[in-house]
Amino acid sequence: MASIWEYANPRKFLETSDRVLPWLAALAGVALVVGLVWGFFFTPDDYRQGSTVKIIYLHVPSALIAINGWLMMLVASLIWLIRRHHVSALAARAAAPIGATMTVIALLTGAIWGQPMWGTWWAWDPRLTSFLILFLFYLGYIALWAAVEDDDTAADLTSILCLVGSVFAVLSRYAVNFWNQGLHQGASLSMDKADNVANVFYLPLLVCMAAFVLLFLALVLLRTQTEIRARRMRALLARERMS
Amino acid sequence: MIALLMRDLRLAVRAGGGFGLGLAFFLIVVALVPFSVGPETALLARIAPGVLWLGALLACLLSLDRILALDWEDGSLDLLATAPIPLEGIVSVKALAHWITTALPLVIAAPVLGVLLSLPAQGYLWLIVSLLVGTPALSVIGTFGAALTVGIKRGGLLLSLLVLPLYVPVLIFGAEVARRGAEGQAVQVHLLLLGAITCGAMALLPFASAAVLRVNLR
Repeated sequence: MASIWEYANPRKFLETSDRVLPWLAALAGVALVVGLVWGFFFTPDDYRQGSTVKIIYLHVPSALIAINGWLMMLVASLIWLIRRHHVSALAARAAAPIGATMTVIALLTGAIWGQPMWGTWWAWDPRLTSFLILFLFYLGYIALWAAVEDDDTAADLTSILCLVGSVFAVLSRYAVNFWNQGLHQGASLSMDKADNVANVFYLPLLVCMAAFVLLFLALVLLRTQTEIRARRMRALLARERMS
Repeated sequence: MIALLMRDLRLAVRAGGGFGLGLAFFLIVVALVPFSVGPETALLARIAPGVLWLGALLACLLSLDRILALDWEDGSLDLLATAPIPLEGIVSVKALAHWITTALPLVIAAPVLGVLLSLPAQGYLWLIVSLLVGTPALSVIGTFGAALTVGIKRGGLLLSLLVLPLYVPVLIFGAEVARRGAEGQAVQVHLLLLGAITCGAMALLPFASAAVLRVNLR
C-alpha cells in the first residue's frame, strides 16, 4: 500500500524528486515565459492605469507564494513535530528563504506599482504593513535556524516558532485593520464576485500564478535535496574523523 | 511556586542592578525623544502615548535575556526542570517575576514621564490602564523568546529579532488605547481586544515556552 509517508524516507524522497524535478523545473520555466510574455506584450493597456497594470503579473503571484510559503512551512513544521520526519523539517527550512524573497519581490513590485498609481512608494496600509511584518517573521525564522548548532534542536525550536509566529502573524493582519485605513484594494480574484479582473488580464495572470507555484515547488525540492545531501556529507565526514 | 517567585524577585532586587536598569532605560529613551523631534509642546503631546508605549516595550525587551539566562548558566534551570512543579508553571512564574520587576515599575513611572512629554490630562488614566493590561502579554511573549534563545551564545540580538514581530499586535492596540484616551475618544473596543490578546497569550504561550525549554534542556 503506497502511502505519502513513504516519502519521509530520505532515499525514497531523493529518488522521486530527482525524477520529478527536471519536469517540474521545465514546466515552471515554460509557464513563466508564456505567462509573462503573454501578460507583458499581448494584453491591452488598462484604460485608467495604462501599462503600469502589467506589473500585476509579478506582484500577485509573488504575494501568493509569500503567504502560502509560510503556510507550507507551518504544515511541514507540524509534520515534523508530530511524526518526526527529517525531510519535513528540512523542507520547511528550505522554503523559508524562498518565501522571504517572494515577500521582498511583492513589496518591491508593490512599491513600483504604487508610485504612479497612489503617488507614493509606501503607505502604512494594512496589507503593506502586514507583509512587512511577515517579512520580519521570515527573517527571525531563518536567523533561528542559522543560530542553533544542533540540527534536531534547531528543527524543534523553529517548528514551535513557526506555530506561534503563525498565530501572531494572523493577529497582526487583523490588528493593523483597526489601526489604519487601507489604500490597497480588496481581493479581486475571488470566484464569486462580479467585479473581478477582466478576462483579458485574468487568464495570463492565472498562468503566471501557476508558474510561480511550480517554481516554488521546484525550488523547495531542489533546496531540500541540497539540505539532505549536505547533512549526509557532514555525517560522512564525521565518520571519517572518528575512524 | 510562591517560593520560586520570591526567589526570583529577591535575585532581581539584590543581584546587580537588573531591577532599576529597565526603568533607567525607559527614562533615557523618553528624555531623548524631545532632542530628536524638537521641543514643541503640541507635537510632543500628540506623540506622547506612542512614545511611552514604545519606550516601555523596549525597556521590557532589554531585560528579557535575564529571565532565563542566569539560571541556565549556573544550572539551576536543570534543577527546576526536574522539580515537581510542571515546567509550564515555572515559565509562568518566571514571566510573572519579570512583569513585577520590570513592567510594573514602568507602569508606575509612565505617568511621571508623561508629564515630561506634556501628555493631556485625560490621557493618564488610559495610559496606565493600557499599560497594566498590555504589559503582561509583553512579559509572557518575552519569556517565550528567552526560552527559544536560551541555549544560544550571545543570543541578545536574535532575541530582539524574534520577539519584536510578536509584539506588534500588543503595541498596536496598547498605543491605540492610550492615544484614544488622550484624545478623549471611546477606548472600549481596543481595550477589550488588548485584554483578549493578553489573556490568550497568558493561557497558551507557557505551553510553547515549556516545550521549547524542554528541547533546549535535552
